[in-house]
Amino acid sequence: MDIQSIIEKFKEKFNTDILEIIVKNQKRMTITINPDSIVNVADYLYRAEGFRFIIASALHTKKGFEIHYHFSKDDIGLILNIHVMLDMDNPQIESLSNMFNASNWIEREMHEILGINFLNHPNQEKLISEGNWAEGVYPLRKEFKK
Amino acid sequence: MGKKTLIPIGPYHPLQEEPELFKLYCDGEIVKDIKWETGYNHRGIEKLSESKTYEQIFFLVERICGICSNSHPFAFANAVEEIADIEITNRAKYIRSIIGELERLHSHLLWVGLAGHFLGYNTVFMWAWKYREPVLDLFEMISGNRNSYAMFKVGGVRRDIEETKIPLIQKVLDDIKIKTDLLTGAIMDDPVIHARTKGVGILTKQDIIDYGAVGPTARASGVAIDVRKDDPYAAYPLVNWKVITAEAGDVFAKAEVRLLEMYESISIIEQCLDGLKKEKEGDISLKIKEIPEGIGNGRAEAPRGEVFHFVQSDGSSSPVRHKIRAPSYVNIATFKKSCIGQTIADATISLAAVDPCYCCTERMAVLYDLNSGEKIMNANELINESVKKTNEIKKTLKSNL
Repeated sequence: MDIQSIIEKFKEKFNTDILEIIVKNQKRMTITINPDSIVNVADYLYRAEGFRFIIASALHTKKGFEIHYHFSKDDIGLILNIHVMLDMDNPQIESLSNMFNASNWIEREMHEILGINFLNHPNQEKLISEGNWAEGVYPLRKEFKK
Repeated sequence: MGKKTLIPIGPYHPLQEEPELFKLYCDGEIVKDIKWETGYNHRGIEKLSESKTYEQIFFLVERICGICSNSHPFAFANAVEEIADIEITNRAKYIRSIIGELERLHSHLLWVGLAGHFLGYNTVFMWAWKYREPVLDLFEMISGNRNSYAMFKVGGVRRDIEETKIPLIQKVLDDIKIKTDLLTGAIMDDPVIHARTKGVGILTKQDIIDYGAVGPTARASGVAIDVRKDDPYAAYPLVNWKVITAEAGDVFAKAEVRLLEMYESISIIEQCLDGLKKEKEGDISLKIKEIPEGIGNGRAEAPRGEVFHFVQSDGSSSPVRHKIRAPSYVNIATFKKSCIGQTIADATISLAAVDPCYCCTERMAVLYDLNSGEKIMNANELINESVKKTNEIKKTLKSNL
C-alpha cells in the first residue's frame, strides 16, 4: 500500500472531519482533523489499517492546545501525525486508552503536565509527580502576552 | 484468598535509566497484581530542551540514558535533519551506524550478563561483562569517551574514524565473534536456563500490538518491527543484514533475539568499515546555517527498541516543542501482562526481560507483610529465592540423568 491510496481511503471515510493534509514526503504526513472524530480515526487506523500508536506530543501555543498523535505504518515506514487543535480555556478530548493500552501513560502525562482532560480515560491519575507537585499547576503551559 | 503481600521493587538503582517503583501484590508465591510509580528522577529534559540551541540539545539528550547514550542523539539528529531537509554524506552515515551498532553490542552484552547473574549464573555475568569491556575501549579510542560519546551533530558527526583505527576495530570484532559463540552456546544449550526462562513472562503478539511495545521485546513475540529496516536511516539501507525474530514471546525468546542480533551488529559494523575504506574522500559533517520552521519526526532503533523524537521548530535557534519517547516507556507497561500469575522467583526475570532496569534487584527493597507491616525478606533473600529455584532445577535434572 502506498501513501496515495492511504490518503484516498482516509478522505473517503472522514471527508468532513479533515481540516488539512500535509504530505512532507513518502514517509511523513500530517493530517489535521476535527477533535470530535479522534476515536473514529484512531479506531480506523489501528484496527482496519494496522497502524501502531507510537506516542502523542502535546504543546501549548498562542492558538490553544495542540496534540500530535503519532502513528506508524511499519511495513512502509510511514509516520502519520494526526493533529488536533483544542480549546484554549477548556482543553479536552476523548481518550484512546479504552482502545489500546499504548496511549494510557501518555494521556496521563499530558493531563499532568498540560492540564488536558481526557474524557473516559480508565485511570487518569498522575503519572510522574504523584504527591510532590501542586494541583492545577501545569509545567509545560506557557504564558503569552495579550 | 490468602494473605496478600506487597513487594516493592525500586525506586532507585544506579544502572536503571528510568528509576521507578514497582509494587508486586502477591498471594503466597504468586503475583496477583502489579502497580508502578514513575517520575522519581524526572529531570524536565523536554522543557529544558526548549531553552537550548539545536547544537546544545545533543549533549542534553545524550544524558537521558546512561547505557544507550547514543540512541537519543541519533533520533534527534534524524528529526532535525528532516525539518531542514538535510542529506548527510555517506562517510558520516557509516560512522553513525558504526557507533549505533557498537552500542547495541555493549548494551546486549550488559543485558545478557545481568540476566545470567540474576538466574544464579555468575559465570555468564563475568564473561559477558568482560567481553563488553573491549567495546567500551573502542568507544574511548574513537570518541575519547567510554560513554556519552558526543559524536553527533546536525549535518554529520564530530569525529572521524581514521583508516589506521580500522584494523584495531576489526580485531576487537573478531574476538567478540568468538566470545559471542561461546556465550550463545552456554546459554542456548543449558537445560537449566531453558527450564528457568522458557514459558516464563510470555507476551503474545496481541499484547505487543495493544501496548505498542517495540524492539527485542516485540521481535521476540513474532512482531518483526525494526526502524532500521522499516524506516531506514544512516547507513542501514547501504548494508545487508536481517531482522531477528522469535515466536515464543517468553524470556528465552528475548535472550535468543538479543544474542543473535549481536552477530548482525558485528556484520553491519564490518560492512560499514568497508564502506569507510571506499568513501575515503568526503566531509564528515555539513555546515548548517539555520533550522527552518516545521516539524520533524525522528526515530532510531536503540538496543531496547524504537526511540522517537518529535521536534517542532519556529525557525529560531531552539525548538518550540521537543517530545521524547524512550522505548522503555512502552515496554515497561507490558509488565501488567507478563508478570501476573508468575511466581515471585520468575516475576523478577520477567521484569528484567524487557531490559528496563535489570539491576533493580540489587536495590529491591524489602518484602513487607501488608497486615503487620513486618519485614519478611530483604533484597538478597529475594535474589536467593531465584538462585534457589535454579539450584533445585539443576538437582532434579542431575537426578534424572
